[in-house]
Amino acid sequence: MKKISRLGHQARLGWTLVAPALSVIALIAIFPLGWTFWESLHLHELRMPWLGKPFIGLANYIEIAKDPRFWAALGHTAFFTVVSISLELVIGLYLALVMNRVFRGRGFVRAAVLVPWAIPTVVAALLWRFIFESQGGIANALLVRAGILKEPMVWFIEASTAWVPVILSDVWKTTPFVALLLLAGLQNIDLSLYEAAAVDGANAWWQLRHITLPLLKPAILVTLIFRTLDGFRVFDLIYVLTGGGPGTSTEPVALYTFNALLQNLRFGYGSALSVVIFAITFGLAMFYVRGLGVKLGGEE
Amino acid sequence: MSAPITDRSGARPVKKPRTSGVRWQTWLLGAALVALMLFTLFPFYWAIVASLTSDAALFRDPSLWPQHLIFDHYRALFTERDFITPIRNSLVVAGTTTIFCLIVGTLAAYALARIEFRGKAAIMGFILAVTMFPQISIVSPLYLLLRSLHLIDTYPGLIMPYMTFAMPLTVWVLTGSIRQIPKDLEEAAHVDGATRFQSFTKILLPLAVPSLATTGILTFIYCWNEFLFALSFTLGPERQTVPVAIALFRGQYQVPWGEILAAAVVATAPVAAMVLVFQRRIVQGLTAGAVKG
Repeated sequence: MKKISRLGHQARLGWTLVAPALSVIALIAIFPLGWTFWESLHLHELRMPWLGKPFIGLANYIEIAKDPRFWAALGHTAFFTVVSISLELVIGLYLALVMNRVFRGRGFVRAAVLVPWAIPTVVAALLWRFIFESQGGIANALLVRAGILKEPMVWFIEASTAWVPVILSDVWKTTPFVALLLLAGLQNIDLSLYEAAAVDGANAWWQLRHITLPLLKPAILVTLIFRTLDGFRVFDLIYVLTGGGPGTSTEPVALYTFNALLQNLRFGYGSALSVVIFAITFGLAMFYVRGLGVKLGGEE
Repeated sequence: MSAPITDRSGARPVKKPRTSGVRWQTWLLGAALVALMLFTLFPFYWAIVASLTSDAALFRDPSLWPQHLIFDHYRALFTERDFITPIRNSLVVAGTTTIFCLIVGTLAAYALARIEFRGKAAIMGFILAVTMFPQISIVSPLYLLLRSLHLIDTYPGLIMPYMTFAMPLTVWVLTGSIRQIPKDLEEAAHVDGATRFQSFTKILLPLAVPSLATTGILTFIYCWNEFLFALSFTLGPERQTVPVAIALFRGQYQVPWGEILAAAVVATAPVAAMVLVFQRRIVQGLTAGAVKG
């Protein structure tokens, strides 16, 4: 009896301490999420206040389904996410393996890769835009001097070439984060496994394939989940680098939604787009957690 | 996997078989690392060089080595452009958000790390889920809400939205970090008759100062870098934060690249300095609780 009341006391204390943080989150994140959904069922054009705010059911969603610009934006987002994450995983794994070894200058390498991660995305995007800007820019100069390009080119005039700085800057900025998550996973691997393998005469490649990668799988999946969700909400980088252009040929869904909301002030339609983005990211997270069995930390 | 996360500086037995194949591999790996470092550092180098070059010379057969260094862009930044205002805005918004999140977050993190109660796992899952949801999905209601409260283009109008990502981040990182502090001392104090409140304030809090600092740095960096909310909920230069101000820099006739890059250097320098000083802590904070074997 006494034990139960003690446990009850514990639970009360626990919930009391957690309550302020949880209510802040509920009030400013969860409640608005419900509001977005409610808003998405209405026609709400801030530019045309005389229309009022009639309830139109799923009409906004039907419009989305028929909206070629939305589908194009979804395609751009998926393309951006897949390409940049693949590159980041490969380079990040390499970096993590390197940083897991002891060598002179390791501290320098770790510090150097952290800086791009820590600076504002807007700044990262501007640095790379400047590098690729204009035919007299440094990227053109270096590529022409190295003989890779015959003559300077205008990178931002076509979608196919505009993606180069976009993806390059994302890889530049987020590979460090990937490498650090993987490094934490690497440091969990029992070293005696490698020693045993080395005794049996296994080479480095065998060790990588049969020890490191299988044991690193949880860390890789966690990284994948974080990065996929990040990729799907990409905004700052493309807003600054291409503005979604030329035309709308590099526009991701978040930028399209932002434009619908704050450029065109179509709050009903923009909210419906927001709900769709939320549903997609939620679905992806569920797929990773349930389908691939990712275990996220938090339990002891 | 039960092996704890440990720092292995010097702990790893590096075997160096003296075969030419292995040496060749080492060289290749080393070369790749150098290339990667050049890739990482070059944009910074180039931004610094360009911020010290006159606009007329920027795109005319650029040279990798600076020719004449001028400080005009930095001077213009603080005289003609008033770049102080966005810096002040960013400091106020990021600072207030961080402090508030730390105070509220510490209570929650203490409960989640040290008290056994039902629903804890669900709370952790919920908080993690919130850190992952896309900001764009709540821009529209927050805009309407802030507009009706007349908070568009004000400090509270930014601090409130910033809590949406800063609060879950703070609680999550802090919980992971406090869990790594050994419980022995608190348990001993308990045996000696200390109340929970005493063991929290007298024992855990002093031990948790490094965790609080790490979490504070991370939260501050996230707030300092935020763009979407700051772009959506401010109207003019008076309340714009640093990232918004830089992204919207306009010149009279052309893009003022020299000034933009000078501003980029100014905005980056404090963050870069913080990262270099606290790199070990930041790495620990970032990965604490994120990866579980």
